[in-house]
Amino acid sequence: MQYNETELKAVKEFLYKIADDQLIIGHRNSEWTGLGPLVEEDIAFSSIAQDKIGQAQHIYEILHTLGEADADTIAFTRNAADFKSCHLVEYPIGEYDFSLMRNFLFNHAEKIRFEMLADTSLEQLAKLAKKYRGEIKYHTMHSDTWITQLGRANEESHARMQTALNETFNLALGIFEESEFAGNLKELNIFEGESALQNRWLEAITPLLEKASLVIPERSAWQPVYGGRKGYHTEYLEPMLEEMGEVFRLDPKAEW
Amino acid sequence: MRFGTLVNITKEDVLEALQDVKDPEIPTISVVDLGIIRNVEVGERIIKITMTPTFSGCPALKIMENMVKEKITELTALDVEVTTNFDTQWNTNMITEKGLEGLKKHGLAPPLRHEGLVQIDMITHAECPLCGSTNTVIKSPFGPTLCRSLHYCNDCLNAFEQFKPVE
Repeated sequence: MQYNETELKAVKEFLYKIADDQLIIGHRNSEWTGLGPLVEEDIAFSSIAQDKIGQAQHIYEILHTLGEADADTIAFTRNAADFKSCHLVEYPIGEYDFSLMRNFLFNHAEKIRFEMLADTSLEQLAKLAKKYRGEIKYHTMHSDTWITQLGRANEESHARMQTALNETFNLALGIFEESEFAGNLKELNIFEGESALQNRWLEAITPLLEKASLVIPERSAWQPVYGGRKGYHTEYLEPMLEEMGEVFRLDPKAEW
Repeated sequence: MRFGTLVNITKEDVLEALQDVKDPEIPTISVVDLGIIRNVEVGERIIKITMTPTFSGCPALKIMENMVKEKITELTALDVEVTTNFDTQWNTNMITEKGLEGLKKHGLAPPLRHEGLVQIDMITHAECPLCGSTNTVIKSPFGPTLCRSLHYCNDCLNAFEQFKPVE
C-alpha cells in the first residue's frame, strides 16, 4: 500500500511503539536469566524474553521495508529519545513480584493488541499478529498462573502482589497513551485505537485479578504515566540502552 | 561442498532430499515433517524454497535455512534460494504423522492435534513418553527450547518434555 507522508509517519510511529515495548521488556526479562527464584522460572523468563525480542526483530524488519535502518541498527544504535517504549517496560526488574505483575499487565495488553491487529490493513503486520497470538498465549498463561497462586497463597505473598499491582497499574495505563496519528491509523484501517484496547484490557484483567483476590486501584486514583510514546523516558532507559548496544557498537560490521 | 548436476529435478526430489535435513535440536524429525517447508518452486534456472519459523524467536532458523540450501545445492546445478516469511503461520498441526513419531522417538511427548485453538487442557495434560501414563502434571509451559514445555509423570516419577501445541 502507498502511504502519503503523514500516513507513513503514523505507520512508523505505530510500529516503533509496539516493537520498542517488546525489545525493552524482552531485555528486562532476560535479566532474570541465572537469577530466577526457581529453575523453571529462570527458564520461563528467558524463553519469554527470547520470544519478545524475536517478535520485535520482525516488526523492525517491516520498518526496514518502509525505509528505516536494518533491525540491528534500529535496536542498538538509537538514542533514548528516539524510542517509543512506555515507562512500564523500562523500569528495572525489581523484586520478582514486580516483574511478574509487570508481565501480567503487559502480556494481556499485548495479546489483545495482536488480536486486534490480526485483520489490520498493514498486511505484513497482520501475518505477524496471527503468529504472535499463539506465542503470547503461553506468556499470559505463565503470568496468570503465578498471579493467581501468589495472590492467594499467604498473607505475605498476597500483600506483595497487591503492592506490585499498586506500583505498576498507573505505569501500565501508559501503554495506552493515544497517538497524535490515531485518526490516520483508524482511517487506514490499521488500528482501532488505544482506548478501545484499554477497555478490552480492563475487561480481560479484572476477573483474573479478582480470582487472585487482588484489587485494581480506585478509578479516581488512576494517573496514567504518559510520555514514553513521545520520546520522554524514565532515567532507567538510557543506561539500559548503553548496555544493550555495547557489543554491537564494538564492531557493527561483525558477522555472527 | 560438491555440486550436483541434476537439472531435471522435481519438487518431489527436493522434498525427498530435505528428509535428510533434521531439526538441529531434534535429530529424529526432518524440516519437511516439522512442517516448516511451506513452498518449493522449481524453475528453469532456480529453485525457490520458502520456509516459515516455528517460533518467531527461534535461533535455529538461520541454521536450518543454510542446511536446506546446502543440501539442495549438493543435488543440482540450478541456483537455490531459501527465504523465510510469515505468509502461512506455522502451527503444530503442520507436523506430519511421521513427524509426531519422530518426536516420540526423541523422548518428547508430541503435541495434540487442535481445531485452530489451543485449549488450556491440551497444554497441561501431556502423555508421558516413557510409560504412556496420562497421570502427569505440567511444571512449566517453557522448556529448554521455545517449542518445549516441562512435565512430570506421577506414575513413573520421571520428568519429561512435550513439544507444545501451538495454534
